[in-house]
Amino acid sequence: MTTSFTTDSTGSSPSSPGHRASRTTPPATARPRTGGSARKSRRPPHTPLNPRPSIPLTLVTGVVVLYTLAPLLWLVINATKSQRGLFDSFGLWFADDFNLWDNITRTLTYDDGAFVRWFLNTLLYVTVGAGGATVLAVLGGYALAKYDFPGRRAVFAVVIGAVAVPGTALAVPTFLMFSNMGLTNTPWAVIIPSLISPFGLYLMWVFALEAVPAGLLEAARIDGSSELRTFFTIALPLLMPGTITVLLFSMVATWNNYFLPLIMIKDPDWYPLTLGLNAWNAQAQTAGGEAVFDLIITGSLLTIVPIVAAFLLLQRYWQSGLAAGSVKE
Amino acid sequence: MRTHSTRRLLGALAVASALALTATACGDSDSDAADSSPKDVKAALEKGGKVTVWAWEPTLKKVAADFEKKYPEVDVELVNAGTGDKQYTALQNAMAAGSGAPDVAQVEYYALGQFAIAKSVEDLAPYGAKKYDKTFTPGPWNAVTQDKAVYALPMDSGPMAFFYNKKVFDKHGVKVPTTWDEYVEAARTLHKADPKIFITNDTGDAGATTSLIWQAGGRPYKADGTNVGVAFDDAGTKKYTATWQKLLDEKLVAPISSWSDAWYKGLADGSLATLSIGAWMPANLTSGVPAASGDWRVAPLPQWTKGDRTSAENGGSSLAVPKAAKNKELAYAFTQFATTGAGASSRVAEGAFPATRADLESKAFLDTPFPYFGGQKANQVFAESARNVGADWSYLPYQVYANSVFNDTAGKAYVSSTTLSDGLKAWQDASVKYGKDQGFTLD
Repeated sequence: MTTSFTTDSTGSSPSSPGHRASRTTPPATARPRTGGSARKSRRPPHTPLNPRPSIPLTLVTGVVVLYTLAPLLWLVINATKSQRGLFDSFGLWFADDFNLWDNITRTLTYDDGAFVRWFLNTLLYVTVGAGGATVLAVLGGYALAKYDFPGRRAVFAVVIGAVAVPGTALAVPTFLMFSNMGLTNTPWAVIIPSLISPFGLYLMWVFALEAVPAGLLEAARIDGSSELRTFFTIALPLLMPGTITVLLFSMVATWNNYFLPLIMIKDPDWYPLTLGLNAWNAQAQTAGGEAVFDLIITGSLLTIVPIVAAFLLLQRYWQSGLAAGSVKE
Repeated sequence: MRTHSTRRLLGALAVASALALTATACGDSDSDAADSSPKDVKAALEKGGKVTVWAWEPTLKKVAADFEKKYPEVDVELVNAGTGDKQYTALQNAMAAGSGAPDVAQVEYYALGQFAIAKSVEDLAPYGAKKYDKTFTPGPWNAVTQDKAVYALPMDSGPMAFFYNKKVFDKHGVKVPTTWDEYVEAARTLHKADPKIFITNDTGDAGATTSLIWQAGGRPYKADGTNVGVAFDDAGTKKYTATWQKLLDEKLVAPISSWSDAWYKGLADGSLATLSIGAWMPANLTSGVPAASGDWRVAPLPQWTKGDRTSAENGGSSLAVPKAAKNKELAYAFTQFATTGAGASSRVAEGAFPATRADLESKAFLDTPFPYFGGQKANQVFAESARNVGADWSYLPYQVYANSVFNDTAGKAYVSSTTLSDGLKAWQDASVKYGKDQGFTLD
């Protein structure tokens, strides 16, 4: 359930740069153009950046928007319902009573505040796991892009190969290995595998190739800057958009991680939110268990809030990242 | 979709690790079986330590707290490591990995054989478990014992009863069925009166099917050590398939899976009129279907022969001590505490259904009114059912696997033109083949 909602938030974000592009169009078209039409019109002429509106395309986009927003809407609406209301009211509209605040309080306190504990766990996994993965990807990507050393091609082959192996396939071997090292049932079992992000490394590598001009590094070296100082003062700011992109990707991946913790962690005290909510859901499927659909839905809503917030806060860095390298300077 | 494929994957893992498990279990034999005694258990309790318990049963929380209070040196860590087959997979993975296995694990009766035959659970007889043979009702006790060994202690039981929505039956003037023929008739009448109403839901559930065959007198499984038999062609099974085929052919059962949210919704709004299920169901109805409080009642299970009073078990679980447990004496002490005496009674007070005779026969238990069932003393129906459970039922020693392929075989009867008896035959073939591959002798 959680996964589909967060995919929606990733899915809808790419549409934002589109909006931005159309907003920046008027200044571009304000310039006098050759071959303009003779018609007097207050509308700017159609250009590749301001294309002719297409009805079928608009319809398709509308359907896609509905498709991505409807589950989110469903989640928000149903988080306001009591268990009883969930069953006897229409899914996409509010029930007679409004229980959102009560649901939130109960979600946070149910089972001795397990949700809060899981939330903090997830935060820990994301901060250390995704943060660490980003640091490693930036360092590695920069090194691979800007330094020539023996075995670089081999590293390239390994990274490309690693991108193709899904984490799920590695989960069981990793479990057996970690179990031998006595790491299962500890936060390390989730954090250490999260630190490795082949895709992030690849992305940073490609980004660093374009974003950090070799000439700039040469100049810094001539001026006597050490390699470390060059990296931190010159390369790192240039790499920022790519870094944010990798950070967002690894954050989402770690925040939604389900299968790895499922295999590694049996102690509910170390569950991330995904496992915790699933455990609550499983309660409804056991003899004598308590069905808490209202709390699961409210919990899911609370779970996606931070990731939505992260996207909203970080998206401007990300957008400038998407545009980087698209214009020859 | 996603959970489905995950479950598939987990199922595959369970099978893979079960193979690994049988292989390793043969190696270390049962040399350490006889060196524990009730005296050691007492000493372990005084010494104290930590007991990790993998269980999903909610009333164990209270028991764990009580146990820690009584034995302050002992620390009980209650872990919900998943439910049912998910937990068994985790358990087998931990055993295969050689670390991380719990000291006590909740194991359903149908699954216990799989752990017992692989010798991955401790025989509790040397610890003093034998003395409980009169403490528990025969059904559950029979399920945890094999020859002279006691592989677990029964935690709860699930004698079946017939739960029905009285409001729906009253509204359409339908008599509550006492036989399965009347049941089919009631299904037709209700569905005709209101096409939204189904007598019950069924999308193919191995547990429910075997329970009803059990009640009908069918005994498809024979298990004697490594000699196993699977035969879905006896008279009892035929009674079941003949009746259920009618329901499927006339589309009188709702295509809704049990425990899904649609199921809870159907139970709440009256579109699912009855459930034939274990006596543990009241707790789920109370918490999961609050909207229908007062609508439901309990009756004895419909009979295959008019005037009969046979019943069967559906679900129910035990507490077992894995061979890989770190402190087996302490683990046994907790198991004993949670399943007998005061521990059992306090769990019954929290809503569990007893497997102990004393609790089942106590007046307080029998006279408890259920506000959810309009004040009905439902436990009397359940206790009566517990007494009438058909004898000599056994599951396969690899029932977890068999149940996992139910939907690929017998389940076809629910989604295609395959008949239920052909489906069961396919299930039988798959079970026989797996048994042979595992080294069982099948006759």
